[in-house]
Amino acid sequence: MSVDVEQLSCQELVELVTDYLEGALSAEDAARFEDHIGRCTACTIYLEQMRQTIALTGRITPASLSPDAERELLEAFCGWRP
Amino acid sequence: MAVAEAQLLEALRAGDGEAFAALVREYHPSLVRVARMYVSTQAAAEEVAQETWLGVLNGLHRFEGRSSLKTWIFRILTNIAKTRAVRDGRTLPFSALQDPGRVPEAAVDADRFLDSEHARWPGHWAVKPVAWPEEALVAGETRERLAEAIEALPATQRAVISLRDIEGWSSDEVRNALDLSETNQRVLLHRARSKVRAALESYLEQA
Repeated sequence: MSVDVEQLSCQELVELVTDYLEGALSAEDAARFEDHIGRCTACTIYLEQMRQTIALTGRITPASLSPDAERELLEAFCGWRP
Repeated sequence: MAVAEAQLLEALRAGDGEAFAALVREYHPSLVRVARMYVSTQAAAEEVAQETWLGVLNGLHRFEGRSSLKTWIFRILTNIAKTRAVRDGRTLPFSALQDPGRVPEAAVDADRFLDSEHARWPGHWAVKPVAWPEEALVAGETRERLAEAIEALPATQRAVISLRDIEGWSSDEVRNALDLSETNQRVLLHRARSKVRAALESYLEQA
């Protein structure tokens, strides 16, 4: 159904990746995005790299609290206790 | 209010130290990271986060559960952080925060693409991305580079990518906590992820 719709360039596509992954594109724009991905190997690799980046970031351990900082905060709580 | 949250709130109000400790362990690092968006030093961000906990304790009896506890805690943080930033004479981050679109930033360097006037392939890749080897992705050093790339981001982008992609918050949770519009949350996330991808690419190409 890709009749007469203006095609996305690769440079435009890379700016839409997050909107696409977040489901924020209109149905029409999502279709143009997928149409481009369907025939462009380089952009397919780019999209995959963004997914890999997100997955890898998800494997970072969330920052944790130092025992000292925790003790200090809990002391404040004890002082407050009703 | 969710049952778990109602129970937690009851425990906190009863002065249950373990309940407070759990809350602090869960949110304190994120509070510091978000505070860093507004204040210029790590030490000031720590102070803002600590002040937030006092605000939480003092406000517990007033909390009515109209928002989630998490959103409420981060709202207290942003108020304290903004006051602090004004006091310290830092105003610039706000305008950048409210409208990141005002300063354009490309996800990929323009010189990676063919000219928009190119006869046959305007805006197409000139230097195409190359698929990453699976084994390099699982390597410890790759993960270190990734963490470095996140650290190097501007504070607003770092806060958004950390909460979304490390802590696993939803976009609504991040929006509410950081007081961002839907669009701006997405713009900041996009820039952060794009830069981290680019950093990984340049590392993996050399490796």
